[in-house]
Amino acid sequence: MLLILALNKRTCSRVALKTLLTRSRSRRRRLPSATLLFFMLLLRAGMASNLGGLLALLLAVSICGAVTIPGPISDAHRSAALELFDGSFSSLEEAYEALRVFEILAIGNKPDVSATTCNKVVEILGSSSPVKDLFYALKVNGILKCKVNGDAVKDIASRLKAAVNDASTLVDMYYSIGSLVLIKDQASDVDVLLTDADGTFHSIKALSQSDGRWRYSSDNPESSTYAAGLALEALAGVISLASSEIDQSRVNKVKNDILKLFDSIEKYDDGTFYFDEKFVGGREHEGSLSTTSSVVRGVTSFAAVTSGKINLPGDKILGLAKFLLGIGIPGDAKDFFNQVESLALLENNRVSIPLVLSLPATVYSLSKKDQLKVRVNTVLGSAAPPLAVKLVRAFHSDAKDLSIIESKELQYDQNNGIHVLEVFPDNVDVGTYMFVFEIILHDSSGEKVYATGGQVHVPIYVTGIIKVSNTEIAVFDSDLGSVETQKTLDLAGNDFVSLSANHLQKLHFSFQLTTPHGHAFKPHQAFVKLKHETKHEHIFVVGNTGKKFEIILDFLGLVEKFYYLSGRYDIELTVGDAVMENSFLQPLGQVDLDLPEAPEKAARLPPLPVDPYSRYEAKAEIAHLFRAPEKRPPQELSLTFLSLTILPFIGFLVGLLRLGVNLKNFPSSAAPATYAILFQFGIAAVLLLYVLFWLKLDLFTTLKAVGFLGVFLMFVGHRILSHLASTSTKLKSA
Amino acid sequence: MARSSSSKDAQDLFRALWSAYAATPTNLKIIDLYVIYALFTALIQVVYMALVGSFPFNSFLSGVLSCVGTAVLAVCLRIQVNKENKEFKDLAPERAFADFVLCNLVLHLVIMNFLG
Repeated sequence: MLLILALNKRTCSRVALKTLLTRSRSRRRRLPSATLLFFMLLLRAGMASNLGGLLALLLAVSICGAVTIPGPISDAHRSAALELFDGSFSSLEEAYEALRVFEILAIGNKPDVSATTCNKVVEILGSSSPVKDLFYALKVNGILKCKVNGDAVKDIASRLKAAVNDASTLVDMYYSIGSLVLIKDQASDVDVLLTDADGTFHSIKALSQSDGRWRYSSDNPESSTYAAGLALEALAGVISLASSEIDQSRVNKVKNDILKLFDSIEKYDDGTFYFDEKFVGGREHEGSLSTTSSVVRGVTSFAAVTSGKINLPGDKILGLAKFLLGIGIPGDAKDFFNQVESLALLENNRVSIPLVLSLPATVYSLSKKDQLKVRVNTVLGSAAPPLAVKLVRAFHSDAKDLSIIESKELQYDQNNGIHVLEVFPDNVDVGTYMFVFEIILHDSSGEKVYATGGQVHVPIYVTGIIKVSNTEIAVFDSDLGSVETQKTLDLAGNDFVSLSANHLQKLHFSFQLTTPHGHAFKPHQAFVKLKHETKHEHIFVVGNTGKKFEIILDFLGLVEKFYYLSGRYDIELTVGDAVMENSFLQPLGQVDLDLPEAPEKAARLPPLPVDPYSRYEAKAEIAHLFRAPEKRPPQELSLTFLSLTILPFIGFLVGLLRLGVNLKNFPSSAAPATYAILFQFGIAAVLLLYVLFWLKLDLFTTLKAVGFLGVFLMFVGHRILSHLASTSTKLKSA
Repeated sequence: MARSSSSKDAQDLFRALWSAYAATPTNLKIIDLYVIYALFTALIQVVYMALVGSFPFNSFLSGVLSCVGTAVLAVCLRIQVNKENKEFKDLAPERAFADFVLCNLVLHLVIMNFLG
């Protein structure tokens, strides 16, 4: 159970990622999917027919659901980055993403790829590569500072300037302008200023739509949010490359576009904001993460080069940060880069810097009396400006109007950089509570720089040890109500009762649960399980009557459910709740049931549920049964008999010789002799054909051949035999 | 005494039979020889089967039936070419031989098919 609890934090982030990925399409909320997961787990736990497992899963799930505020980037991200970017890059784009992530996360022991990557950069900058390759080569060069030939860069700069003027699509312009900006930053002696900056600015602006989105090119009617991000970044580049100042009214128009773009932002109920493409098809569909990061990149770079503030609401910026952090740790390198880079841009932007309030633990244990800690960081986990955290109010999640704490400022622990609620109010009993925090900046002018998100609702689980008392188990007669056996159980002492009952009696079981504050406690689960020797088990929900939990098992009504199975039943009690620290599954004892014989019509005993994991086990080996080969005689014997069959033939030949057979009757003249020979050969041929039929031919081939041979044989046979007949008649008549 | 006289009688009987048979035309004798040859071959196969069992039963059957069938056909031929059988007086022996050959070919086609 502890293992699952320890694991759940990591699992939760995975679950959150999956949820995010699905909801970006289906617009599902986080809560329903968590519920879905819960039911799936319930189902699985039910199959395993292990209530202990069910309990643990329930706990894990309910605590998992509580982590609604994602924390800032932590060391988990750093180790994941080292795993994801292992130093083998197929392109400079991938290399740049890896290097940039290492730079942002300040990872020290990164794989050393500078030599090979620099070789590639120099190679690309020295040749006439496509603009996109140049762009990423320059980006890598910005980080690695490779030794690049200055003349080559000058060539590229002039080529890019021409490309900016000729470019017709947004993507081409984005790469050319981006490359020029990079050259400006890397080589100060190269002239990269655009002479016709106004014209370029206008041609990019011409692709914008009324809703703040952009088109990829003038002949493409579809507008895209992803393209808006590219366009804003390109416009920021144009402004920084302009030789003369861009007309302020044009810049203001673009600012208006940004505001309109933020009107079309998507949101979840928990204050998460993100951008998503509205159309699918045509181009490759960009996911919500890459779209959001494109917009973040565009807006932050545009804000950086323009004077004056863009009046974007702070909660939307914070919502974007929440979206990016809520993804957890992406398993894909591109997603990882998009997430980390966007967060880095938000960390230090001119619009408003989001501050993230996070809790190391959202579970407060009454038995341990630890402190409730709150941490406020920037998205990348660095320290926030001087501020105070105020607990505005806290209330039980079932009674929203009844505040248990109001307006309390948390103490700031200077050494650890956390805000601590030192004294937890005494009147708080176990249960789920909603704590409402507020961040108050010491420097009031900071409110324009930072986005704190107003009041932050955090669900807190207050857990404690639940006392089980007055446990009684009794067997009494149905009609008379007289108690036959009554026993008191001490659950802590592992008491074990042995009872016996027949079908005319009832089993009564009751206990009480009290919270540390002495209130009656109603757990999520209270089950009694009766398990027969044959592993057939029956689960009963223990009802709650006021303070007491009790269940009466009337065996007369249960005989059919028990399939008339007499014998020993083990009794187990399960009590579990997310806020109960001592959830338990305990054997109580056993009851010897004497049930009547099953009538003929009674339902048959169902087969025991099969362990679902057994289907993955190896199946029983199949022994194939082949027909035993017939007994064959030894080969020598067969060969002897083969030679024996020749003996009669020899006898036949000897007999013929003794009889003095001769071939004098064989025709002597040419034509009949030929026919005679042909006749003999024909018969021989037919017999040979038969042998072939036996050895390999099939019946149809044989019959065809026999047909031809037969005709031939008939012809020659008729000729020779009629010749012989005529000779013999001549002899006779003579 | 009685025994030697009976054996002598038997010897006389055989001698008489043999001399009577010696008068048979040579071509009939050839056919007789052929029939005996076929029957002996069949007999050897039956003995073989009695020794080792009848496992490829179809092979045994075709072997024996080939011999027996040939023998029967040869007997038929002998009946037809025997000049003393007035019944077949008008039938030329060549015609009988042609029938014999044809029947043998058909018989052996079936035998080969059955041989396995």
